[in-house]
Amino acid sequence: MEAWWRALIFDAGYNTSLVTLGAMLLGGGAGMIGSFVLLRKRSLVSDAISHATLPGLALAFILMALVFGDGRWMPGLLVGAGLSAAAGLWAVQAISHRTRLGEDAAIGAVLSTFFGLGVVLLTVIQSLAVSGQAGLTGYLVGSTAGMLAAEAQLIALCSLLLAVGIIVMRRDFLMVCFDPVFAATNGVRVQRVDMLLMLLLLAVVVIGLRITGLILIVALTIIPPVTGRFWTDRPLRVVALAALIGALAGYLGVTLSSVREGLPTGPLVVLASFVLFLISFLLSPRRGILATLIAHHRFKRRVHLRQGLLALARDEAIFDDLTMKVLRRQGLIRRDGVATPSGWAAARDAEHEERLWALHRRYYPEDAAQLDHRGLLPIERVLSPDTIMVLENRLMSRRETHP
Amino acid sequence: MSDFLMFSLVPLTVAIIICMSCALLGNFLVLRRQSLIGDAISHVALPGIVASFLLTGTLASSAMMLGAGVSALFTVAMIELIRRLGRVENSAAMGVVFTSLFALGVLMLEWNEVGTVHLDVEHALYGNLESLIWFEGTSLASLVDPRALSDLPPQLGRVAWMGALVAVFVVVFRRGLVLASFDADFAASVGARPTLVGLLLVLMVAVAAIAAFEAVGAIIVIAMFICPAAAARLMTNRLALQVALSQLIAVVSAVLGYVLAGYGPGWMGFGVSLSAAGMIATLSGGLLLLACLFGPYRHRQEPLS
Repeated sequence: MEAWWRALIFDAGYNTSLVTLGAMLLGGGAGMIGSFVLLRKRSLVSDAISHATLPGLALAFILMALVFGDGRWMPGLLVGAGLSAAAGLWAVQAISHRTRLGEDAAIGAVLSTFFGLGVVLLTVIQSLAVSGQAGLTGYLVGSTAGMLAAEAQLIALCSLLLAVGIIVMRRDFLMVCFDPVFAATNGVRVQRVDMLLMLLLLAVVVIGLRITGLILIVALTIIPPVTGRFWTDRPLRVVALAALIGALAGYLGVTLSSVREGLPTGPLVVLASFVLFLISFLLSPRRGILATLIAHHRFKRRVHLRQGLLALARDEAIFDDLTMKVLRRQGLIRRDGVATPSGWAAARDAEHEERLWALHRRYYPEDAAQLDHRGLLPIERVLSPDTIMVLENRLMSRRETHP
Repeated sequence: MSDFLMFSLVPLTVAIIICMSCALLGNFLVLRRQSLIGDAISHVALPGIVASFLLTGTLASSAMMLGAGVSALFTVAMIELIRRLGRVENSAAMGVVFTSLFALGVLMLEWNEVGTVHLDVEHALYGNLESLIWFEGTSLASLVDPRALSDLPPQLGRVAWMGALVAVFVVVFRRGLVLASFDADFAASVGARPTLVGLLLVLMVAVAAIAAFEAVGAIIVIAMFICPAAAARLMTNRLALQVALSQLIAVVSAVLGYVLAGYGPGWMGFGVSLSAAGMIATLSGGLLLLACLFGPYRHRQEPLS
């Protein structure tokens, strides 16, 4: 607990603090780019990209080991990873555009084939007599334990640059994601912007390899945007929220992993973001489960109240327990089921409204079809006073002709 | 010959069975555009196995299958819950669930250090086909010797059961599978229960993924699900032929992949061997690449005007 607190307030050594900062920036960048990809409905493309980094990583390691005798130099590894990830991305696009296979099959095929090739190359590395082989497993599930300060600085710097790039491009991305045709008429080069979006996604994935590992980095591009989406309907706010949530997840995950020796960073970062997702899923006031359940409950009670009042007005017996309960709670009926004076008044009002609605449906069928009130809102909150007046007059005249 | 019996017979058989059963199921995944369900399910095989190991303390196949089945159903239920209640897009809901569960699996592994048994992160990712050695397989005679046969690695029996189960499932439900894959509404109208069939398919995918887990790992198995079926899809328009072709491609990539990994470096003068599982995945991807370039039905067909 104390160790975690020290990490939380950036007091656990220079390296840990630097890694924490880098993970926060990375989480922010991944959240931002992920929001646009989510809008494009292509979230799992990043899964293919991230698995496709493995052969490049391994090849870069082999090349550097053969030339320099040590393959652990991170920038070189990241360049290799980026190149093979780009090949994977291109393969996904080509398969889903040029053949009749869907994007789902393309993603699955590319991620597993590239990963398989990577595993083969890893066994090649095992057979080479070079040092630093253990360093490669850190790229699979993420490890920040043995990270050099220079590596952490590089990650932080690249994440910062990416974040700035995404912020600069946000309007173009948004237009292309929502309406490519409209974007094209506005002079946005849709294909180029789309490509840039994917390249930035690729860059985020490659930079994140060292922190969360290649299997879990995809989570950072999916979970924060989905979480942000629970709290707002405005797209740029989703992007901002996703950045915040991603940064928070990076912060919590990296600091937690510094508590005990050998705790993997990647899973902790992912689980931190999943906890944030779960909280939003349950508690968000707009789309959360709790809010949905409460809204459903209220709706049910309003229906029962209305039906109960109409039954009272027509002198019908009420058998439904929930209806009786709702009416009794509001003081509209007594314990024995007889209406109270206020109950009679409310029942008469309800019946009157129901007649007005019936007239409204008859004389304004188009308007009535467009309303979504289900007869549960007071009529004066749905229709204009003029319309109500007209309906009242018609009701009066009908009463006079058919007494 | 005795080398082959001892070191290669069992891994090769296991690889062929896994490839064939995964490809069989993969046909329907590809047709239903549900390849990513295979992706998600094979990732959650890891937490399923780790959880069942932590609960029961054994790596017995029944416990593992149970853990896998439960975790697969749990995953599907969670994806549906998030998709429906949270109104989240399908692939994003999938991404949320399977990455989180996979992370949980890795964390449980590292936290408890299940090091005493053969279960660690590297094996979960790469598989370990080569470790299936039949020590008693010294000569051809041991193929009929009950004592030697009882020494066969238990994984072989496990995989064989899985293969039989998958084959029986596909044969029994073939009508429902075909109908539900092409036209779910029609399937429902003629009483073919498309939802039930879909759920059973997911369950079978989970069973196959878990049986393959020890041998080839959680990720390479995705290649076995998707690549042969996708390649066959580009070769023909007839389902029966597609299934047959996918089986053929599966066998070819399993045999060639295993041989290349085991003996390929030797032919080039290096005394090492490569990962057979990885090589099989690479080869099946290569065959898919060929199908993408030359398959007679590779293009999307224009709708009839």
